Amino acid sequence: MIYLKLLISFLKIGAFSFGGGYAMIPLIRNEVVEIHGWVTTGEFIDILALVEMTPGPIAINSATFLGYKMGGILGSVIATIAVILPSIIIILIIAHFLAKFKDSKYVDWVFRGIRPVVLGLVIAAAIAIAGDAFIDIKGFIIGALWFYLISFKRLHPIPAIVLAGAIGAIIY
Amino acid sequence: MRLLFEMFMTFFKVGAFTIGGGYAMIPLIQVEIVEKKEWLTEEEFMDILVIAEATPGPVVINTSTYVGYKLMGLKGALLTTLGAVLPSFVIMLIIVNFLWQYRYNPLVEKVFLGIRPAVAALISSAVYKIFKQMRPNRIGILQAIITVIIILVFHISPAYIIIAAAMGAILYFKRREQDI
Repeated sequence: MIYLKLLISFLKIGAFSFGGGYAMIPLIRNEVVEIHGWVTTGEFIDILALVEMTPGPIAINSATFLGYKMGGILGSVIATIAVILPSIIIILIIAHFLAKFKDSKYVDWVFRGIRPVVLGLVIAAAIAIAGDAFIDIKGFIIGALWFYLISFKRLHPIPAIVLAGAIGAIIY
Repeated sequence: MRLLFEMFMTFFKVGAFTIGGGYAMIPLIQVEIVEKKEWLTEEEFMDILVIAEATPGPVVINTSTYVGYKLMGLKGALLTTLGAVLPSFVIMLIIVNFLWQYRYNPLVEKVFLGIRPAVAALISSAVYKIFKQMRPNRIGILQAIITVIIILVFHISPAYIIIAAAMGAILYFKRREQDI
């Protein structure tokens, strides 16, 4: 029963994908390539490239794509819902109880301890993507200019992406 | 009703422009939800980032569920989450059906050569904004640097770093409390 397999696989991916984005790739690969053999390694790399180019979180895009490939529209709906369900439930529980425990000193301590880690995670993501992005001087100039415009001139992120895409089509 | 629609549309926009993984949309969420709509304060947004990192699942989904719940309860949470997921779902289905065959088109590649530096800039801008808001002390900066090294050099899952940081914080503050 492919629908049940999709459901369980993507529930698992959703429940254990800490850190978002690239951190979950090995987990997805293990499920869809190693365990179920739904796609080959080559196809999986193609899917990653596509997922990176499409808007939306990597986990959701992979779920939609693989669900559709294995079980049509119904398969893609099941896989997509399965991959986000764990986070929805966990966040609802936390949101519900956080109001109650906000004044607990332990909650305060834990938040203060984790905040710098979040900063570090975002820095790591910036470094990782900069390695892919700054392939030549043109890329570096776009990156530096856009950083200035977004951070100090309040350039909105949406036009920033669209404009950069158009410039890429012209200069490369 | 008006608020529900606004919430849906805002997260639809966020979902539609989250390119290159969750971190690139941090500035977008900041502009739309903290600055424009004022649904969250800067500090609440920081707390949500912490929660999003400490729990499984994409940052966009965690944020949308949290904001929706905070503003309108369960109904709001489901609506904002649907708004955030729908764009990628629809775009993905269109691509699988019609555009998969063009994936090696040179124009597509050129567009993405341009977008990638912009995504790097967006994430760097998120770093700048988070740093400004957080104003970490020396220990915090050290923690951030160690995190970067662990992630980039040793490829250890962020989950372990977060658990270690949480336990370390409890021990550290507990001890400081006893000293006083």
